[in-house]
Amino acid sequence: MAVYDSVFSGLGLSDWCDKTEQDGPMSMADLMNQSSGAGDDAQTSIWDAPFPSMDALNDACGSFPQSRSLTKGLEEGFLGVKDSMSIVLDPITQPLSWLLDGALFTMLSTPWWIVIPMLLLVVRLVTQSWKLVAFVGVCLSGLAFIDHYDYAMQTLSIIFVCAFICVLLGVPIGIAMSRSNTLQRAAIPVLDMLQTLPPFVYLIPLIFLFSVTESKLYGIAIILYAIVPVIRLTNLGIRLVDKDIIEAADAFGMTDRQKLYKVQIPLALPNIMAGVNQTIMMSLAMVVIASLVSAPGLGVLVLRGIRNLELGVGLVAGLGIVVLAVILDRVTKASLARIDSSRKD
Amino acid sequence: MSNNPVRISIRELYKIFGADPQGALQHVKDGMGKVDLLDQHGHVLGLHDINVDMREGEITVIMGLSGSGKSTLIRHLNRLIEPTSGRIEVDGEDVLHYTDHQLRDLRRQHMTMVFQKFALLPHWTVLDNAGMALATRGFERHEYEEEATKWLARVGLEGNENQYPHELSGGMQQRVGIARALTSNAPIMLMDEAFSALDPLIRTDMQDLLIELQQELKKTVVFITHDLDEALKLADHLVILKEGSVVQQGEPQDILMNPNDPYIIDFISDINRARVLRVRSVMDETQDIATDCAGDVDANDNLESVIARSGGETSYRYRVMQDGEPVGMLSMKRLVRALVPTDASQERNNAR
Repeated sequence: MAVYDSVFSGLGLSDWCDKTEQDGPMSMADLMNQSSGAGDDAQTSIWDAPFPSMDALNDACGSFPQSRSLTKGLEEGFLGVKDSMSIVLDPITQPLSWLLDGALFTMLSTPWWIVIPMLLLVVRLVTQSWKLVAFVGVCLSGLAFIDHYDYAMQTLSIIFVCAFICVLLGVPIGIAMSRSNTLQRAAIPVLDMLQTLPPFVYLIPLIFLFSVTESKLYGIAIILYAIVPVIRLTNLGIRLVDKDIIEAADAFGMTDRQKLYKVQIPLALPNIMAGVNQTIMMSLAMVVIASLVSAPGLGVLVLRGIRNLELGVGLVAGLGIVVLAVILDRVTKASLARIDSSRKD
Repeated sequence: MSNNPVRISIRELYKIFGADPQGALQHVKDGMGKVDLLDQHGHVLGLHDINVDMREGEITVIMGLSGSGKSTLIRHLNRLIEPTSGRIEVDGEDVLHYTDHQLRDLRRQHMTMVFQKFALLPHWTVLDNAGMALATRGFERHEYEEEATKWLARVGLEGNENQYPHELSGGMQQRVGIARALTSNAPIMLMDEAFSALDPLIRTDMQDLLIELQQELKKTVVFITHDLDEALKLADHLVILKEGSVVQQGEPQDILMNPNDPYIIDFISDINRARVLRVRSVMDETQDIATDCAGDVDANDNLESVIARSGGETSYRYRVMQDGEPVGMLSMKRLVRALVPTDASQERNNAR
């Protein structure tokens, strides 16, 4: 008999335990115990007493659930609501699939001699720096020269779409948080969780909810992971706007809308841009992991390097990601610095 | 001088900071003091039964040390802070009953404010900052440009229109703040320690600028300061606050000659009386003008200028003129006596 028998008999629960002797599937440990003959009769000393865990209590009382029923229950619960969730979530998230597919198609079907100059033009417009344009040009040409152009463009277009949606959703959420302390208190634990949850864990429920062939699966994973900094820094930026200036805006009779667009957002812009920079960098980190669930791009090559032990392929793709990261970081930082210098007080 | 109509009238105004201001208000009305209220109920008494009339075309100065509630008081006038109880009437209307829309209208059209820390928008040019009130009302830049440029020039900032606030010195930034208030064309100007952050020479400049503008524009100005010299220089009506209550209010000369509280006596014992006292406050009011005068002085001259004129001779007597009419006599003896601080403060100084 098990160690905790006395507990159940002491509580007068023996009847309940015996009535429904649970005949759950046998665990490996049970099997080993049985085959080695170390049986129920062996008297365990207090020294060896196991922690009163669910499994240990189940030994003593058959009606007590095993810990595997916890994971099993969770799984069954999730599968139970999955269908109804899919009915709601599928149509809502469908535009994301279209956006991602559209971006991928556009980037890849447009000839390189249009795409690269376009990207350089964008760099020039947001940074006003020829040095950065030259740097980006060299990097992109280098990637294209070693035949990684398609992969790099796939990665870039996924990042563009996801970062754009992050900003589109994150900035309004951040603004709402800055206006309501209640919302801030409610949102911060969620943001903390999103930021600390290992990226792989996002993928698990998403795989069940959406089909792996759809691009929104990795799109959602990337957005959930990367949206946090832009929300946080928008909230922070607006809360950090000088109280005296807000008071002046009030004293001159500005409406809430005027205050938001003419004072708060412009003054919080350096912080918001810092959040956008972080969001882009985190999208890049996640797009590699998302290659596990069919996200195209450089991450696929990294994955191939790991799976097939193709050292060279993995390393070159990894370096390609580093190059993209440096480009994105430099360009967003340069535009951030430009905003900062024109608004110093 | 104080026959102008009352523009802003504050009646029985209370402000209590804390979790349950209304509950605490009852204790205050039952006679509990600031210290007891904080100890026993954890509420801070910000303003205690304030009654002040502010007249049109006058500068009303509210003076007190930090923590006396003066900044809280001025923020009640345009309801940046809501009172716990009381009435605030502007042109006969109780602003506490205003809807959001009316309140915004009050802030846009009727009241404007100058801040201690300038509070200019750092991402707007000087011109846009000056036109902030008009921009808020919905005017485009080309519509307010002329008005803003005019007032910027009036405060001495011609040619700085396209600079950003951080490119200007503190004094110049506050000039922008004043231009911003003037451009709004509001008849009431609230100035919250407007010159306190400036260094002394620039502060004097700005005070002179304000006096000059006021002679021309005749706005209703509410000015907050912790500096008695500044208060006496600017005030038509002086209100002295201490720990949230009005200790004394009236014409500054009157307060100087007849302080009614040891707190005020302490305050005024350190000032240069020759500079702030005026002839009209110390003269003998008489129609019986002697003929052996040493000359004429104006009723609004300060004593310093009379002393300078007499060259230190204490036997002279002067005829006091106001608006071209003789209104009294001033003997130098009387003048010199007036320079000694009031007896009460003398005793306090001796006791130390």
